Amino acid sequence: MIRLGVPSKGRLMEQSFAWFADRGVRLTRSASDREYAGTVEGVEGVALVLLSAGEIPRELAAGRIELGVTGTDLVREKLPGWRSDLIEVAPMGFGHADLILAVPECWTDCRTLDDLASIARDFRAAHGFRLRIATKYHRLVRAHLAAHEVADYQLVDSQGATEGTVANQTAEAIADITSSGATLRANGLAVLDGPPILQSQATLFMARAATGPATDAFLRRLGLDGTKGL
Amino acid sequence: MIPKRDKQDVGQRLLAAFRAAGAAEIAPDILLPAESLLDLYGEDIRARAYVTTDPIRGEMMLRPDFTVPVVQAHMQGGAEPARYCYLGEVFRKQDMGETRPAHPRDSEYLQAGFELFSRDAAADAEVFALFHGLLAPYGATSETGDMGLLLDAVRALPLTAPRRDALLHHIWRPGRFQRLMERFAVPGVARQFPPEPDGWSGLRDRAEMVARIARLRADAAVPPLPAIWMERLTRLLALRGPVPEVTASLRRLAEDWPGIAEAAQRIEARFARIARLGVDPAGIVFDASHGRATMEYYDGFTFSFRAGPDEWPPVASGGRYDALTRVLGKGRAIPAVGGIIRPGLLAEMEAAA
Repeated sequence: MIRLGVPSKGRLMEQSFAWFADRGVRLTRSASDREYAGTVEGVEGVALVLLSAGEIPRELAAGRIELGVTGTDLVREKLPGWRSDLIEVAPMGFGHADLILAVPECWTDCRTLDDLASIARDFRAAHGFRLRIATKYHRLVRAHLAAHEVADYQLVDSQGATEGTVANQTAEAIADITSSGATLRANGLAVLDGPPILQSQATLFMARAATGPATDAFLRRLGLDGTKGL
Repeated sequence: MIPKRDKQDVGQRLLAAFRAAGAAEIAPDILLPAESLLDLYGEDIRARAYVTTDPIRGEMMLRPDFTVPVVQAHMQGGAEPARYCYLGEVFRKQDMGETRPAHPRDSEYLQAGFELFSRDAAADAEVFALFHGLLAPYGATSETGDMGLLLDAVRALPLTAPRRDALLHHIWRPGRFQRLMERFAVPGVARQFPPEPDGWSGLRDRAEMVARIARLRADAAVPPLPAIWMERLTRLLALRGPVPEVTASLRRLAEDWPGIAEAAQRIEARFARIARLGVDPAGIVFDASHGRATMEYYDGFTFSFRAGPDEWPPVASGGRYDALTRVLGKGRAIPAVGGIIRPGLLAEMEAAA
């Protein structure tokens, strides 16, 4: 049995269902909305597992599901060494979001990461502590800033309402996922120029350990090339 | 796999040698307050150290190195000169990136260390010769450097104070340092700043931004650093070879760059002392960029010893860290030099021999 993990609610679930339907596999959530169970039609030997998108990376790595739909951002943030455990089978063309760095738009002297590095140095000298960047994507942001040799900052954890941290003076900048940037602008924040830390979209992932004829047949059923070369 | 007991045995032998060299043994805590380590090392340490929380003491770290607790212990009542030694585990996470390495590094391993708090210039030679003597039987090769040389070199460049300070600040970040140098080597471009929106948000206040904009405007009018200095700096950073060769090159470089003459003399005097302690400088490599890629930590003499397979980390490393003691001492600096040896790696070499 191939266990297929799909986000359990909202637009991400609906768009995932539509993506599979376009490929002849009909996924449905069971009649009662409170039950996270579902059915699979159009293919044999596949079971639907509805999960929070955030848990899908871990479930794939643990081998409790063979295939799963989740954001590339969540896989990269939550699974160190993810390529050793997971295969990125197919980007699905929805759920687009960028992980970006944003600063107060009143900082007219801050447009690039180099500006931020320079401001962080001044800020630390003036305030006696490191410039705070609020985020929940600790690993991705830290790796990005390390790769660009930005020092003099610290991350502060923010699991929600991250855009409000600057006005509340619990952070000087933020790193968060955004799709349109509207929330950022509404909170007086501006995205730094240059490529985002990560461009994420909903993606079909497979557990590397699940590679074999059964998953290969299912992937070909979806019109994909199987896992050869992945 | 080498039993931990065997690694401990090697560690105890090193500890005995450090004691024989006049060091008092100390045993710092394993759980350390995270705040001073974070303030010192920044976010990099979070990627490397295990962080845990205590309901009363707050955020704690499993000891990622001994230097900070040893300096703190010394500051609470040690007199100079003082020699300390220790043996114990350090804990380092390996943040592995996208692919799990086939042979992950140890996340806990022993360090045997020796730290010498002394203003005396002979201290560098004493520590190096001690380590050299202990590691020679393992066929270890040594590389050395001097961050003070690079800091002096930058201070002596014909630059404005803001440019000089920016370079000094980023000396441990080679890519950023290089980009700054390249920017200073060409005429500045006056930057246009967009009009300020209404309102202000956040803790960084407007005056801070105004001051930075003024600095950027003034900087755009600064004439470029003459190309000859870029060449000299590039030549200096690339200096690498056996000590006698490099010290000769340094002497020549110092003829056109008087600001590094003192550092060059200091380096020669250090190796002369090392030679008097019985180590031939011709067998030691000096690399002017040694120590730049480590955490912001060493600001003077640096050294590392390699032995065993190429992919191994250095079996020993150390150096002078006066600036670190200045930060921990809130302005009161205690010149200090020291280093660590990894007994586990030596035990593996002994087992393989």
